[in-house]
Amino acid sequence: MKVTGLIAAGALLAVTAMTSPAQANRDYIAIVGSSTVYPFATVVAEQFGKTSQFKTPKIESTGSGGGLKLFCAGVGVEHPDITNASRTIKKSEQEQCAANGVTDIVEVKIGYDGIVLANDKTAPQMNLTRKDIFLALAKDVPNSDGKLVPNPYKTWQDVNPELPAVAIEVLGPPPTSGTRDAFVELVMEEAAGEFEAIKELKKTDKNAHKAATQSIREDGAYVEAGENDNLIVQKLQANPDAFGIFGFSFLDQNADVIQGSMVEGEAPTFENIAAGKYPVSRPLFFYVKKAHVGTIPGITEYLAEFTSEKAWGPEGYLADKGMIPMPDAERAQFAADVKELKPMAMK
Amino acid sequence: MNSDNHRTIIPATALDKSASGFSVAFNKRLQRRYRAEQRFKWLGIAAIFSALAFLAFLLTTVIGDGASAFRQTVIQLEISFDKEEFTQEDLLQADYQRLVKTALSERFPEVAGRQDKRLLYDLVSSGASYKLLNMVRDNPKLIGSRQTIWVPANDDVDMLIKGKIDMDQPEGNRRIKDRQFQWISSIREAGQVELRFNRAFFTNGDSREPELAGIRGAIKGSFYTLLITLLLSFPIGVAAAIYLEEFAPDNRFTAFIEVNINNLAAVPSIIFGLLGLAIFINFWGVPRSTPLVGGLVLTLMTLPTIIIAARASLKSVPPSIREAALGVGASKIQTVFHHVLPLALPGMLTGTIIGMAQALGETAPLLMIGMVAFIVDVPGSITDPAAALPVQIYLWADSPERAFTEKTSAAIMVLLGFLVIMNALAVFMRKKFEITW
Repeated sequence: MKVTGLIAAGALLAVTAMTSPAQANRDYIAIVGSSTVYPFATVVAEQFGKTSQFKTPKIESTGSGGGLKLFCAGVGVEHPDITNASRTIKKSEQEQCAANGVTDIVEVKIGYDGIVLANDKTAPQMNLTRKDIFLALAKDVPNSDGKLVPNPYKTWQDVNPELPAVAIEVLGPPPTSGTRDAFVELVMEEAAGEFEAIKELKKTDKNAHKAATQSIREDGAYVEAGENDNLIVQKLQANPDAFGIFGFSFLDQNADVIQGSMVEGEAPTFENIAAGKYPVSRPLFFYVKKAHVGTIPGITEYLAEFTSEKAWGPEGYLADKGMIPMPDAERAQFAADVKELKPMAMK
Repeated sequence: MNSDNHRTIIPATALDKSASGFSVAFNKRLQRRYRAEQRFKWLGIAAIFSALAFLAFLLTTVIGDGASAFRQTVIQLEISFDKEEFTQEDLLQADYQRLVKTALSERFPEVAGRQDKRLLYDLVSSGASYKLLNMVRDNPKLIGSRQTIWVPANDDVDMLIKGKIDMDQPEGNRRIKDRQFQWISSIREAGQVELRFNRAFFTNGDSREPELAGIRGAIKGSFYTLLITLLLSFPIGVAAAIYLEEFAPDNRFTAFIEVNINNLAAVPSIIFGLLGLAIFINFWGVPRSTPLVGGLVLTLMTLPTIIIAARASLKSVPPSIREAALGVGASKIQTVFHHVLPLALPGMLTGTIIGMAQALGETAPLLMIGMVAFIVDVPGSITDPAAALPVQIYLWADSPERAFTEKTSAAIMVLLGFLVIMNALAVFMRKKFEITW
């Protein structure tokens, strides 16, 4: 009896090995990519699955970079059809795609996401500038002589005398996160440009300049809190002196317990981000492999669902989930491009 | 450091005889040994109690957060299935959302204005229209009739009814607005709001709407994955153990294999995920995100555990059994399969169940092979994309909606339930079939 069991196991292994290329007819859309776009894409996918004849697309949250890597690995059912991204595709990634035969890519911009610096409701709301945030969080900051020194600031008051004397403690995403990339790009790099010392570095030492603008302090004032934004929200409630960095949708869902700090005098509200007034916001995208349209059922219909007014419009269900819609003209433009499946140009 | 203290308390009169006839120094040493014993006992008790306290804390938070997820707020609506809505052949095409909206407007005729209507329609889950769709599909005779039915409420309303929304906050900070609160209060007084057992939690797949999200997809995904793992790792593991223990020559090569099996048992599980990605997906072309590839990866992970447990239980069979069998003329293979293996099997099964329980709780390797994904459809076979229970917990824990917090805890309770059952089964089997020599 035991021997037959062993034979059965062997047979099963053999069958597994043989049926492995059995994915020849995938009948659902495979989507990968950014964890920021994930909460929005999943809503569209679910809606699409329930109201159409097609299966619900499968969505993996791999991060923007990881998603594009999978996306660009080739054409064929074993590769994903769509990748979500919280940034545009890089030139190197496009070349990687082209090298693997993925040439016709449709770029779809879906809306905006704000990055907020929030704290507990019981603490006072802060009014920060990007320069304040840079001085509080950069690894090296220029001192009074214009030399770069390791960040000496301990409290917000040290950074800017108008701010309260509360120790700097910021919980934020780790370097693998797209939110971190966007935060560094929109706040740190932007603010670094205001310092002469760092500007001059650009001419003399490119690497040092990059390090000065992109490095975040590692002495405990900035805590890498992982990708789980809900956890950050809970930690903020436990510690009113701490600040958290995350996407607008988490502020939107938890507005009764946490508040977003004003940046450059603008509060992170739906209206301000939509109007482009709040400075720390970024566009969200997804990329479609044109070669798969027609091979994998439902891609055209999924795109139609995503770009419909009831999804990405100002009154749509994505706005309910915290995505900031694009202005009317821009939406119309992208919807038209998507309908024609207009591939993007090489960078 | 304690001995110093004692010296100051008891004056050192080393050679005086005490009443018992032993020297004072002896009594002192004896006392010290007793005290050391007491200290150690209390340390042990303290360790057990702190462990219990942590466990109690974990369970109370999980159960406290998650218990409410097993109930769901439902709202009573009077839906009229107007004939005009069902003019098309395809029942899917009818606008069920509008039927729900009409019913709500009829219930609150005074609500006007685009903004207010939106707020009103937000009270009911988008799942209501799927419910109507299913009702009509099952019984097309409903068309043209008027029915009183209970539909799921939106997650924010659900949170309000469960007392998890603080209505003292200013309106702008709440997800339930003042007007919505009035409407809910009025239907609540009319007895048209109820908390009911949340069946959807056990019959639905994942969803982005907390009130529609369920763990059926994850449970089935875990089931298929573990099935593959069991079918592969048990026979392979037992065969490997039998060979190594009963047949393999005792040389450097087998010693090398033995060391490596022990090492593999300690390898972080994510490494197995990377291996699975490289071999099963990229080289063999096994479809991503399926229980098939998940089971293969977890097989790699549980094999060392099973081999080690199986070898230990083979070792515990006394040599006299083997010698007696060989003595009456049984061949080596007859000895092993007729006499040794049946006696060692209970121990092997226990080890296997523990290994399976480990595999059930594993997320890290599944991350690499695409099983951490949003999958709505409940998987029907081992090649359908599927998530697993721990993965579902991870995904819900990361969702922004407040109502997912309780779902997360509820899913943890389900997972813990399965783990307890599996471990209890292992204990039961050990107690029932164990042979003590």
